[in-house]
Amino acid sequence: MKPVETTATPLVELRHVSKVYGAGESEVRALDGTELVIEHGEFVAIVGASGSGKSTCLNVLGCLDAPTSGNYLFQGVDVHSLTRDQRALLRRHYFGFVFQGFNLLARTSAIENVELPLVYRHVGLSERRLLALQALEEVGLGARAHHTPAELSGGQQQRVAIARAIVTNPLLLLADEPTGNLDSARKRDTMQLLIDLNRRRGITIVVVTHEADIADYARRIVRFHDGVIESDTLTGQGEQTGEGAA
Amino acid sequence: MIGATIILAFREIRRNPMRSILTTLGIMIGVASVIAMVTLGRSVTARITADIASMGTNLLIVAPGAERHGPVSSTASAFTMNDVVAIERESGAVDKVAPTASSSALVVCGNSNWNTTIQGSTNEFFEVRGYKFAQGEGFTETQLQAGLPVCVIGETVRRELFGQQDPVGSTVRIGTITFTVTGLTASKGKAAMGPDQDDLVVIPVVTFQRRIAGNTDINSILVSALTSAKTALAKGQVEALMRERRHIAAGQVDDFSVEDMKEMGTMLTNVTTVLTALLGAIAGVSLIVGGIGIMNIMLVSVTERTREIGIRLSIGAREREVLLQFLVEAVTLSVFGGMIGILLGIALSFGGAIAFGMPFGLKPDIVVIAILFSGAVGVGFGYVPARKASRLNPIDALRHE
Repeated sequence: MKPVETTATPLVELRHVSKVYGAGESEVRALDGTELVIEHGEFVAIVGASGSGKSTCLNVLGCLDAPTSGNYLFQGVDVHSLTRDQRALLRRHYFGFVFQGFNLLARTSAIENVELPLVYRHVGLSERRLLALQALEEVGLGARAHHTPAELSGGQQQRVAIARAIVTNPLLLLADEPTGNLDSARKRDTMQLLIDLNRRRGITIVVVTHEADIADYARRIVRFHDGVIESDTLTGQGEQTGEGAA
Repeated sequence: MIGATIILAFREIRRNPMRSILTTLGIMIGVASVIAMVTLGRSVTARITADIASMGTNLLIVAPGAERHGPVSSTASAFTMNDVVAIERESGAVDKVAPTASSSALVVCGNSNWNTTIQGSTNEFFEVRGYKFAQGEGFTETQLQAGLPVCVIGETVRRELFGQQDPVGSTVRIGTITFTVTGLTASKGKAAMGPDQDDLVVIPVVTFQRRIAGNTDINSILVSALTSAKTALAKGQVEALMRERRHIAAGQVDDFSVEDMKEMGTMLTNVTTVLTALLGAIAGVSLIVGGIGIMNIMLVSVTERTREIGIRLSIGAREREVLLQFLVEAVTLSVFGGMIGILLGIALSFGGAIAFGMPFGLKPDIVVIAILFSGAVGVGFGYVPARKASRLNPIDALRHE
């Protein structure tokens, strides 16, 4: 199940993906025949009003949710053909997640939260500590490694969550409203951090947001409306490495 | 994978001290109460069985007056020594026969006095009732035939009248008569029920009839069967003989009763078995209450735990890794609580046995049952919600409210 990384295969490809909640009269099509290609190294913002399907799209990309129909190819491999455990391994080895609600383990120190993905990767204790501390230092929280989430501010918790997402050096970082709970200064810091990760480490980043100024940090903006991609545009931000898809 | 998962489980236990303590407490109390209750119930049964055995084996008590017809009928005449001789001679399944005539009287020795039961009987009395001699011996043939003023005293009487002194050879006074003590019976120990068996003075039956009662009545006859298996046969023989001797026509109700101590023992054992079952049921209820406590704690934390499972799944944990962690957590708490519960239960039942003067006998079966049940409750309520959560789509687990 190790897909070979080639330049010819896009990192992520959604082929006519639909996600339907409910049935009959109350049927809601959160995604309706979505086609999306994301290449290695891109920084994509997915925007749209609430209920437009942008978060659903991100959850499908992260294998957190299964599409009702259509195909999701990750590095050319159809995720639908994988078992539940294989999808878990996909998340373990290739994905990093940042959630709006942080989703850190309560009563657990920052460093232990950051270590968690490494525990599942069977990294030894001393190496784990070192990598976790490095990741925390990268997000500027090296001094707070032993604080629990309750002892940290919202911005700091979000940075712990980012450290947890990047500690495994993922191929794809998926962020759902990463700045939703932050003030404007913290928003800027967080977005700058993501841009640095994208540029320096080449991590492909997909950010879901409903805020236009946040989307402006991205090089490519995909706009959803009622489960359909309304527009897919490149911005003037940085060097262009991505290609838009219809 | 297993090592890392176990570390995660222990970390969770340490991180949620309140939840861990309450879960452990529920199991602990459940296990302890079941063990204590059932062990105490069994101790009571053992004690009662021992008491009945100590009253004499294969014992039949023949008493005047009809059985199961209210108080002893005043018209039923007492037995005589002739009845005793007849039973001895004619009932084949009978081993020893002891007449008893008794009354309560004040026994005086120097400055001490003690109110006790005076039993007029023969040496067979000691054999039938299972008394052994601690000092001295029973009566000689001459003493029995001539009705001499001699007596054998029980341990309680010795303690009350003689204190540290050696009683054998000393004299005591009953009424106006001075008796010489020829023997002291060995203590039968404190009975859980019934009269104190060490609180008695035995004198020759002839002495009793002539010098204390002033008649030739025998109040009851104690009969021992040859073997335990022949008790029923002996009972039948004695009943038939007494009906004949007392001229009771066919169809008429007996004016005497033959009580089988073995039957009484069986009855009492049945009672205590029911008692043990009842205590066990009460303990079972506390086990269930403990289980519900555990269930509540687990269910209250299920929202938090479901989110936690969502987090773990989203960062790449496999279902079985999540489940193993929760299983280790539940098993650890259950085993820990169970261990403390066993120790506490044993301590309680041991203390209870000491306090009530009962034998302490711990049976392993109840320990196993208590452990299995509490373990099942702990694991069931800790593991099942976790299994449900780990099968959700990660996003549904994360969004669980």
